Amino acid sequence: MAEIILEVQNLRKFFGGLRAIDQLNFVVARGKIKSIIGPNGAGKTTLFNLLTGIIPPTAGTVQFAGKILNGLKPHAIARLGIGRTFQNLELFGNMTVLENVMVGRHLRTKAGIFSAALRLPQMRQEEKAAKRQALAELHFIGLADKANFLATALPLGEQRLLEIARALATAPQLLLLDEPAAGLNMRETAKLAETIFRIRERGITVLLVEHDMSLVMEVSDEILVLNYGRKVAEGPPREIQRHPEVIAAYLGEEA
Amino acid sequence: MAKKDFYPLLIIIAGLVLFPLLIRGNEYFITILVFWGINAIIAMGLCLLMGYAGQISLGHAAFFGLGAYSSGILTAKYALSPIWGIIWGITLAGGIAYLVGKPTLRLKGHYMAVATLGIGEIFYIIFNELIPLTGGPSGLSGIPLLTIGGESLEGLKFFYLVWIVLLLLLIFSLNLINSRIGRAWRAIHGSELGALTLGIDVARYKLQIFVLSAIYAALAGSLYAHFVTFISPSSFSLMFSILLLMMVVIGGAETLWGALLGAGVLTLLPEYLRGLEDFEVLAYGAILMVVLLFMPRGILFAIKKMLWRSKE
Amino acid sequence: MDLISQLCQYLFTGLTLGSIYALVALGFTMIYGATGIINLAQGEFVMLGGLIMVFSSTVLHLPLFLAFIFTVIVVTLLGALFERLAIHPLKNASLITLIMITLAGSILFRGGAMFIWGKDPYGLPAFSGDRPWYLWGATIQPQIFWVLGITGGAVLGIGLFFSRTLTGKAMIACACNPLAARLLGINVWKLVLLSFALSAALGAIAGIIITPITLMEYDRGPMLALKGFSAAVLGGLGSSMGAVVAGFLIGLIESLGAGLISSGYKDALALLVLLIVLWLKPSGILGSAEESALKKF
Repeated sequence: MAEIILEVQNLRKFFGGLRAIDQLNFVVARGKIKSIIGPNGAGKTTLFNLLTGIIPPTAGTVQFAGKILNGLKPHAIARLGIGRTFQNLELFGNMTVLENVMVGRHLRTKAGIFSAALRLPQMRQEEKAAKRQALAELHFIGLADKANFLATALPLGEQRLLEIARALATAPQLLLLDEPAAGLNMRETAKLAETIFRIRERGITVLLVEHDMSLVMEVSDEILVLNYGRKVAEGPPREIQRHPEVIAAYLGEEA
Repeated sequence: MAKKDFYPLLIIIAGLVLFPLLIRGNEYFITILVFWGINAIIAMGLCLLMGYAGQISLGHAAFFGLGAYSSGILTAKYALSPIWGIIWGITLAGGIAYLVGKPTLRLKGHYMAVATLGIGEIFYIIFNELIPLTGGPSGLSGIPLLTIGGESLEGLKFFYLVWIVLLLLLIFSLNLINSRIGRAWRAIHGSELGALTLGIDVARYKLQIFVLSAIYAALAGSLYAHFVTFISPSSFSLMFSILLLMMVVIGGAETLWGALLGAGVLTLLPEYLRGLEDFEVLAYGAILMVVLLFMPRGILFAIKKMLWRSKE
Repeated sequence: MDLISQLCQYLFTGLTLGSIYALVALGFTMIYGATGIINLAQGEFVMLGGLIMVFSSTVLHLPLFLAFIFTVIVVTLLGALFERLAIHPLKNASLITLIMITLAGSILFRGGAMFIWGKDPYGLPAFSGDRPWYLWGATIQPQIFWVLGITGGAVLGIGLFFSRTLTGKAMIACACNPLAARLLGINVWKLVLLSFALSAALGAIAGIIITPITLMEYDRGPMLALKGFSAAVLGGLGSSMGAVVAGFLIGLIESLGAGLISSGYKDALALLVLLIVLWLKPSGILGSAEESALKKF
């Protein structure tokens, strides 16, 4: 039996009368790639916001590696080991590619104001290590040659990869990817799939929200289908493909 | 500090060393340079807050005033050693910045701007009304000069004190910028949401830089008090808060060098406008507007752009 | 004067001050609604209204009614000019730049006023004479009734404009959803211009009616803007009704505070209200938290 890294129990998020997430229960096994799909407005980004502590749940619990996340602030949740990318990209446009990834090392470094202002030896060691680790992530993702470019100078596909590299730099156990394939062409999507596999090889669990069906079918170990904030189906890709309710929910949707 | 900061620093140090040879007892010029230094200290703190961390304060004159009055009152009224005035000024300003900063930095954009404006105005009123302590609109006089080893610091000696303090703070600030702290500020400026999910306690870092910038201002205030030996609330009004903001914006908020340059420009400018007193405020408004419309990244950046262009 | 008369006095003073804050707050709300920015030069429109009115009466020797119209038109044009030259070109700029440009405008107007009129305060004769009325033991200047009446008329006029005219309704639509408004063929930029013009007009009216009572000088703007903004936030930015009600509320608080506690700190009182509202509930008393969270800022 695989180890459970994330457990969502009876999760609810209501915005006034709108039930964005309604009685959601699921688990994610460590080391697996799980995708969440569903029509627009099904609650996918809301779910990610709940998991990363950006909005509080109306009811229910989220457990990560045995710890309850309810009530924790986003930065505390990040420290516990959950990394995340954004559908609308939240890159630091005022910084270079390398600097963006170095910020990812922030929570694994310690130097405080005095240490930094005086450039104490410990701080300088940390800086060197952080730079090294950031460059390593850039190599992993394939952007090392653009390390000194301004983040906004990259094309969209590479910006998405940059955000992933930045999240990887936090040394997460679980990586949440929010529609990473949005706006990518086929070549870029293929590279993304390959990157996701390589992330799994590092032992990082991936939870993916996506619209791009070919990507989802290719990378997922398991798929969860969401509609109107509720779980419609859950299972391996082959099952989901044939599930009548899933097909109905997607009728008219572009795959 | 980064490699690129090395040369400007060298220029400043060289300037300081050569300075007495160039100036030779021109008290007027020395005074202007002292004010430049004092303003630059505040502008540096403000630059870190605004240019790097992306926040805004329209009330920093209050912290400047808190430093000045702390030093002034403790030395002139209670005959304590100046060191107590400085320590109290920094503590008071830092403490108040912490208290008002917590709720204020949660606010977004315009709300933060107006809240800081309000805070600045409240302190201006307090400086004016707390007459038994501050002397009210008539001001506080008899502030003693600073002495080191029996030597009174005024004129050229004070100039060196200010600019050495400035240099030290500059080096600290440059080190901070090129560390994870500085990157955290810039991350917050770039995307608060992104910074949060990378484990940065955004609220804490914003508060930290706000308090730090208040401390810079208070330190400058103490120096100011011991230089002019007479202070009154009119130096700590909204106009000065706006002037401080202008120094950072006009010079260029992106770098400390821009703030330094802006402080210089806006220290020199009032001297040129001295004869045209009626024209002064109008000139400030016009300059600010022109810079915002045509050189939004500040004068320093505009100069750099011109130099790059001419190289091609 | 016994307590009742004193309170009555403070009440009328408070309502008078409140009228001005209400008009300024209304101006803030209109511009915020159309553009999402806070116009830090709002107080200067009031100042200009007062000083230009002084100019048109004493220098141009225009009769009251004509001077009133003339002043409002001039200040409205200045507001429109400000929008065209300073706001419109920066429509895609960062928030800090937008804040600073309205600040620059405020400084420019203040500097211009200082240049033309110097630092002295100027007065205007009251509209219908100086003989005070006596109500419940309090001494009431008749000008106060002009203030209340004209403010009421202006508020009513703006209210009718929003609810009865197509342009007014378009402005509200624009405030709620600029993209949808544009898709419906509403010219958003024209509405932005209109919002500045109307705010300037309201400010001018406020300045004209208050100068006979409080005089006017070149640097009255910032404090008026702060208090007006206080009211706008207290009433829930985006709610015109709230802004007006809050304006009167702040006027009363200030007047009662000045009378009962201390007059030196009266400005600080209104500012304290501002800070408390901002810190506790920036969506104000009549606004909704959800709505304000969804706003641009």
